[in-house]
Order: sequence, then structure tokens, then C-alpha cells
Amino acid sequence: MPGKVDRDKLRRMVEAGAQLVEVLPEEEYVEDHLPGAISIPLRHLGDEASTRLDRNRPVIVYCWDTA
Amino acid sequence: MSPRAAWRLESLGFGEVYEYGGGKLDWMAAGLPTEGTNAKRPRAGDLAHTDVPTCRLDERLEDVRDRTKEQGWDAAVVINSERVVFGLLRAKELDLEADQQVSQAMQPGPSTFRPYVLADEMATYIRDHELENVVITTSDGRLVGLLRKGDVSR
Repeated sequence: MPGKVDRDKLRRMVEAGAQLVEVLPEEEYVEDHLPGAISIPLRHLGDEASTRLDRNRPVIVYCWDTA
Repeated sequence: MSPRAAWRLESLGFGEVYEYGGGKLDWMAAGLPTEGTNAKRPRAGDLAHTDVPTCRLDERLEDVRDRTKEQGWDAAVVINSERVVFGLLRAKELDLEADQQVSQAMQPGPSTFRPYVLADEMATYIRDHELENVVITTSDGRLVGLLRKGDVSR
């Protein structure tokens, strides 16, 4: 089951090497994204996750909120 | 969307997956920096006056009025000890009957905006609603500052 992180834990994990992924559409990422995040829109996860993400490091995903 | 993304990554064999449920809204509402084409555009939180006078519900209006004017302001924000916003005293409320409590005179529950809202969008809102001031708060209602019409008008 995926875990949950709040803002503080996210910052600590990213500093420790976690990968941060915005899953919103690319144009929203272009306007604003969290520092260090990469863009993999939800609909592209299946195609791109395996090549762009390291399976040996934690991955944190986010969008606008929980919706 | 992010819960679905997290579960999808697990289904793809990623072993340590987390979801930041607060998302971009939570991050930006806290006034934290972002990257991207909007990052350098001024936002409400950049322009808000963090030195706006504040007061408590149970203060006498006259005391607050005197203090506010001494500081060169015509507005004060009503907050509690946690800086959560309860109301706004604009010029017209500050000039009400002096011997009453702030809680009786204030504009209760003013509309508030988050610090990440672009200054251009605030200018449009302030103009369309004919406002003089807008209160800027964090997402949990804590005062960031007061944005005045002149701060964003072009």
C-alpha cells in the first residue's frame, strides 16, 4: 500500500534522495512545480515510469491535492 | 489523481511509493518556492504587507483605532493568539462608535486569498469587487498580510 507524506516529510525524503513526480498534465507542470520534481502525467505513467524512475529509490507523487 | 498514480506505480513494481496528498496547493499555500514559468511572476504573498496592524476580538475599538492611525494605516486585521483571522477593520469600521469591542465592529469572516495567487489575478478581483484591501492567509487561516489595492493596480 502506498504511504502518505506531508510537506515536512516530503522535504526530508527529497533531501535524502527520493524522486518527486508531478502527475498533472505537462502544461500545468510547466507553469509551476515543486523544486526538483519531474513531470510524468498520470496517463503516461505506464509507459514512462520504468525508464525514467529508479526502482531502488523512494518515489513521491503529487498533483494539485488529493482529488 | 495522486492516489491513483501511487497505486499505479506499485502495480508497476515500484516498492517504495508515497503520495503527497496536500499536493501543489498545500505547498504553494505555505508560501514555498516553485519552479516553472510562473515562478518569477509576483504573487499575493510577495506583495502583501506583513506589518499590517492586528488586534484581538476583545479590545476596545478606540484603542485599536488610535494604534492603527499612529502606524499610518487605515485598516487592521482581527486575529487570535494563533494568528488565525477572524475579521477585518476597514476605515469605515474603525470610525464606528469608539466605546465598543472590536468583535462588535469588525467585518467578520472576510474573504481571504492564498499567497500563491498571481498578482495579476488579484488585481482583477480587487477591481471587479471594488475592494480596498484583501487579507492574505495560509490555507489554515493564519494571517500572512494585507494586500492593498494600490499594490496590484496598474
